[in-house]
Amino acid sequence: MYDFEYHKPGSIADAVKILSADPDARPISGGQTLLPALKHRLNKPTSVVDLSGIAELKGIRKEGNKLIIGALAKHHEVAESDVVKGAIPALAMMAGTIGDTQVRNRGTIGGSVSNNDPAADYPSAVMALDATVVTDKRRIAADDFFQGMFTTALEPGELLVAIEFPIPEKAGYAKMRNPASRYVMAGAFIAKTGGKVRVAINGAGPGVFRQTEMETALAANWSADAVAGVKQSAEDLNSDIHGSAEYRAHLVTVMAKRAIAAAG
Amino acid sequence: MPQVTLTVNGKTSTVEVEGRTLLVELLREKLRLTGTHVGCDTSQCGACVVHVDGESVKACTVLAVQADGTQVTTIEGLAKADGTLHPMQEAFREYHALQCGFCTPGMVMSAIDLVQKHPAGLSEKEIREGLEGNLCRCTGYHNIVKAIAAAQEVMHGRVQTLALAGD
Repeated sequence: MYDFEYHKPGSIADAVKILSADPDARPISGGQTLLPALKHRLNKPTSVVDLSGIAELKGIRKEGNKLIIGALAKHHEVAESDVVKGAIPALAMMAGTIGDTQVRNRGTIGGSVSNNDPAADYPSAVMALDATVVTDKRRIAADDFFQGMFTTALEPGELLVAIEFPIPEKAGYAKMRNPASRYVMAGAFIAKTGGKVRVAINGAGPGVFRQTEMETALAANWSADAVAGVKQSAEDLNSDIHGSAEYRAHLVTVMAKRAIAAAG
Repeated sequence: MPQVTLTVNGKTSTVEVEGRTLLVELLREKLRLTGTHVGCDTSQCGACVVHVDGESVKACTVLAVQADGTQVTTIEGLAKADGTLHPMQEAFREYHALQCGFCTPGMVMSAIDLVQKHPAGLSEKEIREGLEGNLCRCTGYHNIVKAIAAAQEVMHGRVQTLALAGD
């Protein structure tokens, strides 16, 4: 790892000031993705800006029909939170399956969503629940936020502050993990919110995407049978030694059926 | 150079580090606590697990500066001053829960966090799932799971003494 200057600002304003002044400064929260990337020298930041001391980025709360999770909420906190379990149990369940215990004790929702790894879990929840990403500058709808592999609408120096999840009537998540790395081969998060159905697929493609054919089928008939008839196209899906695009396409339908079964 | 002040196994130290120094490097190279191992250095194997403010973390994937002001417990901090082993260490010995021993410090630290977070007790399946972040390349998992199952009874005060392996 190349050396860098370390900063630990106490407020969003101070963090943004450092990040905006230097395009090669990088924010760090749990560091469970950034530190491995730095060890591989994939990244050479001049400064690393530790967000962990910023109180404004913390907290999990319910406001009306919304669940608001601060960017610094660790996966373990989300998994164990009674507020999350009560509002969106599928989200708590998902958080409890990210990485392993030690990764969940450090990794944060803000880091995972900002990084937008195609095999990450959270992006499909944000997309399927039609959540709003709140930054220090603006509010971004999930459909506009995710822009393909490791790419989001965040501008340089812009910080993810919190994510607002509308509370759904029903939601479920299922994933097939790579048996060795445990990363997602294909996952489906399905939610019905205010009568509208959204299906988000992670792991299978170069980034999280919506499966609109399944959304239409489920809007007419909320059942595992309704998605069983929808075949995902293998075009543009990931293909590697762990599984062909055709295999991942098949998994998408299987995971969608399981997600519906989990949602009830 | 940044300075880090942290309390490791009850002893407070102030150490000069680089921004990029990892917590595991601080522990091993600055404080000479070499019980915490580096296996993969890619946050997969769990040989470097220590407790930071009571939570198990992979010390190869935490910057030393991020541990400023924290309480850290390593494998060296478990036994009492008179040498009495922690119930988890005792159980690992009794159940022969190690072969080469390289993964053992991390296994013990993860196991203690796992047991502490489940006061109602863990099933064999839950123990196996709870060890997802620790790899034993001797594949000695079976006895590790047995040791944790026995140690949890002592740690939660359900029995006074560890059940012996032959019982």
